[in-house]
Amino acid sequence: MNNKIPKRTFVQKYHLIGWGWTILFVILLGLSSAMTGVDWGTFFTNLNQFFVLVEQMASPAWDYIDIIWQPLLETIQMALIGTTIGTVLAVPFAIIAARNIVKNKVVRSVIRLLLNLVRTLPDLLLAALFVAIVGIGPTAGVWTLAVFSFGMVSKLFYEAIETIDEGPLEALRAAGANKMQIIIFAVLPQILNNFVSYFLYTFEINVRASTILGYLGAGGIGVYLQRSLSSFQYAQTGVIVIVIFAVVIIIDGFSNWLREKLV
Amino acid sequence: MSISTMNNKKETWQRYSWLGRGVVIIAIYIWALTGLQFSGVQESAREVSFSILHGLTHPDFSYVYNGSGEDLVSLIIQTLAIAFLGTFVSALLSVPFAFWAARTDKNSRWHVRSTTGKLVLVFIRTFPEIVLAIMFIKAVGPGSFAGVLAVSIHSIGMLGKLFSEAIENMDRGADEALEAAGGNRADIWLLATFPTILPEFINYTLYRFEIAVRSASILGMVGAGGIGTPLLFAIQTRTWDRVGIILLGIIIMVTVIDWVSGTLRKRLV
Repeated sequence: MNNKIPKRTFVQKYHLIGWGWTILFVILLGLSSAMTGVDWGTFFTNLNQFFVLVEQMASPAWDYIDIIWQPLLETIQMALIGTTIGTVLAVPFAIIAARNIVKNKVVRSVIRLLLNLVRTLPDLLLAALFVAIVGIGPTAGVWTLAVFSFGMVSKLFYEAIETIDEGPLEALRAAGANKMQIIIFAVLPQILNNFVSYFLYTFEINVRASTILGYLGAGGIGVYLQRSLSSFQYAQTGVIVIVIFAVVIIIDGFSNWLREKLV
Repeated sequence: MSISTMNNKKETWQRYSWLGRGVVIIAIYIWALTGLQFSGVQESAREVSFSILHGLTHPDFSYVYNGSGEDLVSLIIQTLAIAFLGTFVSALLSVPFAFWAARTDKNSRWHVRSTTGKLVLVFIRTFPEIVLAIMFIKAVGPGSFAGVLAVSIHSIGMLGKLFSEAIENMDRGADEALEAAGGNRADIWLLATFPTILPEFINYTLYRFEIAVRSASILGMVGAGGIGTPLLFAIQTRTWDRVGIILLGIIIMVTVIDWVSGTLRKRLV
């Protein structure tokens, strides 16, 4: 008779690991509540203040559109140029960071570390820095979006390059091509479709991001968002939010349509 | 013969279609480049860049910890607390939104409940987090509690979408088994649906936590607590050694959190 029922250990029987995680989680929740001064009492008593603002935003001042359509277009232009600069700059870095192109581990790790560092910085933080460097205006916004998309796209690119078919590379190498020729004639043609698709994806994200960059002075519609909020014109804020919503939906739809056509 | 000429004709048309696309793309770029008013780079740009680099290489280490509660370590912990609490509340709030937006009927593209739910989620996602933070500051006063509320509401947009996709793609075997065994709706939800989707929900919540840490570190720029307030102040007063140490702090914080969350998520799957 060998059919013994497996016995549960003490830890398994009383679900000690699960309880451990739960207790740790509750402690963390308690500590963070204390840290952030959570006060649900004032929240619920003052909630009507919040809804007063929502109400004001829900009755938008539509004639404000005459003023904001120009900065809105500027926002899209900023996103387009910023994304383009970022993605184009990302290509050489992605190639150097790809495992199947550069065999030197040290070079690859240094580049990857650099790309990781760029990716940790949030968009508004970059905007604050670039406003300090190049001054108030859309130029700061373009640089912010360029650096932001560079960090995002370079990672997507080197991951795409690592999945390409090695055949054409070997064929070119056998025919005596040098590194540059291999990259131009074997690597780039294989990732061109990915390139366009990631470009559109990044463009979508950048359109969203660019709408708030102006809050710190980096051009576009965000400048007017900040102006309306600081002058308590919430009806104007409402218009801006609705217009941003419409533009984001249109751009997303357009870019999804293009991407589906490509695949 | 006639077929081949037709094919040739199509090919000549196709041969030149790239030209049309190229013209459209070039036109878009000309529009973008001429529309932007490049303000020109300030004369001090070079100088400022060098001072930033100098600040980054010579950070103000005295700011790391001085026991006042306004130092780097305390504010980094506060930022993490905002992200953690905000993501937790948002994960709870996202569940009903996810069931609202999930399309369980695969045959029709339009569904009144699910399409309205998806639209609401898109709207929450596009509503700028900073505006939300300012609105909550009006309600509860400046401080990290407003940041927690802003993260909680804004994250619903993305978490609700990811959760609803998890519901759409879940394995319904356990549901059907319980139904066949005579379970009522509450049984099915509690004993089959919930355990099936829980790992995926936790996975997405951890992923969103990584993003929330980044956004919590900038919410302070409008006065919603965390490390953003001293950072913006340091940039505006041009104390670059202070900017340098705060940037280093944010980079280390984000890297550590990404690593911890990534390890946890790998163990989940």
